[in-house]
Amino acid sequence: MKRLLNTLYVTSQGAYLSKEGDTVHVKVENETKLRIPIHNLGSIVCFGQVSCSPFIMGLCGERNVSLAFFTENGRFMARVEGPVSGNVLLRRAQYRKADDQQTTGELARSIVVGKIANSRIVLMRALRDYPGCAGVEVIEGAIKKLARIMEDMKHIYSIDWVRGKEGEAARIYFEAFDYLITGQKDEFYFKERTRRPPLDNMNALLSFLYTLLTHDVASALEGVGLDPAVGFLHRDRPGRPGLALDLMEELRPILADRLALTLVNRRQVKGKGFIKRETGAVVMDDATRKEVLNAYQIRKRDEITHAFLDEKISLGLVPHVQAMLLARYFRGDLDGYPPFRWR
Amino acid sequence: MYTEDELLPVSALQHLVFCKRQWALIHLEQVWEENVLTIEGKQMHEKTDEIEREVRGDVITVRGLHIRSYKYGLVGKADVVEFIRISNKETLEGVSIKGQEGLWRPMPVEYKHGKPKTDICDEIQLCAQAMCLEEMLAVSIPRGALFYGKPRRRSAIDFTKRLRERTEEAAVDLHRMTIEQKTPEAQFEKKCLSCSLLKLCLPKTAGSGKSAKAYILQIIKEVSGGEDVVL
Repeated sequence: MKRLLNTLYVTSQGAYLSKEGDTVHVKVENETKLRIPIHNLGSIVCFGQVSCSPFIMGLCGERNVSLAFFTENGRFMARVEGPVSGNVLLRRAQYRKADDQQTTGELARSIVVGKIANSRIVLMRALRDYPGCAGVEVIEGAIKKLARIMEDMKHIYSIDWVRGKEGEAARIYFEAFDYLITGQKDEFYFKERTRRPPLDNMNALLSFLYTLLTHDVASALEGVGLDPAVGFLHRDRPGRPGLALDLMEELRPILADRLALTLVNRRQVKGKGFIKRETGAVVMDDATRKEVLNAYQIRKRDEITHAFLDEKISLGLVPHVQAMLLARYFRGDLDGYPPFRWR
Repeated sequence: MYTEDELLPVSALQHLVFCKRQWALIHLEQVWEENVLTIEGKQMHEKTDEIEREVRGDVITVRGLHIRSYKYGLVGKADVVEFIRISNKETLEGVSIKGQEGLWRPMPVEYKHGKPKTDICDEIQLCAQAMCLEEMLAVSIPRGALFYGKPRRRSAIDFTKRLRERTEEAAVDLHRMTIEQKTPEAQFEKKCLSCSLLKLCLPKTAGSGKSAKAYILQIIKEVSGGEDVVL
């Protein structure tokens, strides 16, 4: 399997990245902070006031290292794309599938099947780890309800029907989510999902992790030559990475939700690391953000067995593998898209 | 005769002869996994790009020569072409070189990292270079050489009638498959293990008839039946 390479997260404000041969050179206030060979990197993610020379952008493009820019608070701004990733035949195949109602429904169903199965595992793991926790009945109820929705997925109706089922499953899952938070209950709770902006600590943490995941999924899609903007479950909307959001659905429970719960329940992040702004919007402080980035990196190194490939891979490679399987489905090598299943 | 627009890379012949699917993944789908081998190969080629022409007694070594053939529809670059001074003025194997006296016999030399391959793909690539040179220089080239990095050894390749036919067939296939734009199905073979695209091709998964539909239905069945087990 492809190697999971490091992501370089640059959070130091005023940092400047330049190319030195095959090495990324990071300077802050004219002082060299880091030199790292490009072949050790899979991705470079810059937060806030970080600048890059055009030559380092070129090197990233040439070596398939994704380079992206976010605001300090983790809002995506831009990604640098090199010349190699424009695969016209694959993209055409993707667009043809996206225009076909039946395929759209089938693919959306696969993704939702993955999402329901993985969300349910998050709930089941919580019951296993905290057998006597508050809300056991609610969690058990949600597990049962998700199984019933899964039964409906035996049939495929229209894409709108699939979207409806997805919404229903998400509601059931999030209704039980607050009970999965077992530590620091005064500081971390979950009433509903708020995004723009996140209005409480848990939502701020989830939003940040979802941003990191979206970036990984979008660059995995671009890496195999797919267009991250043209989705199936998500309708096209200019500026929205529809296909990246589609693939994320099945990966969120494992790569983001479960990690957020661990960080809170094990007190790796604390309430005081979250700042409530004048509008009610919650943002994380620098130290917390670094802690989360670090935990996310470590989480990606966990080894799992991919149920469809029957191969051991690191969790961080799952977006890449799923993007590849999707590409192979679009080009006609597979009879469907096998979603990632966590067990 | 092909037009300039229709010319295809000589290097593609080597991919095509090694595996039609590998060729399609690289040239149609532009899937490319840089691994240690391809990077080493690239560095080896970059090195050969440095000097353009070197004269040493009876041998002139020219590097990075642009080549093409309208007859076979090929275009590319020869790593190294050696021009060896010949005394016989009657032969069709010599060309004159600007600034140099006498006639010189061209001989393409292709550099490959790694070990000699068991199949014929490198020979075909070399032969195609020779066929391009023959058309451009109006000579006949009897042999070339392959240089392998491991062991550092050069082997002479005779451009036999059989090899020329195989090369021509490969060039015809290359043009046909480029127009068809179809990626052949994956089929797992022993040679897959030495392919740099193994993990992008997924021959064991994509070519095994493994059904994604069945896999999805299995998940639905297990989860809705409450059968999935948390390990």
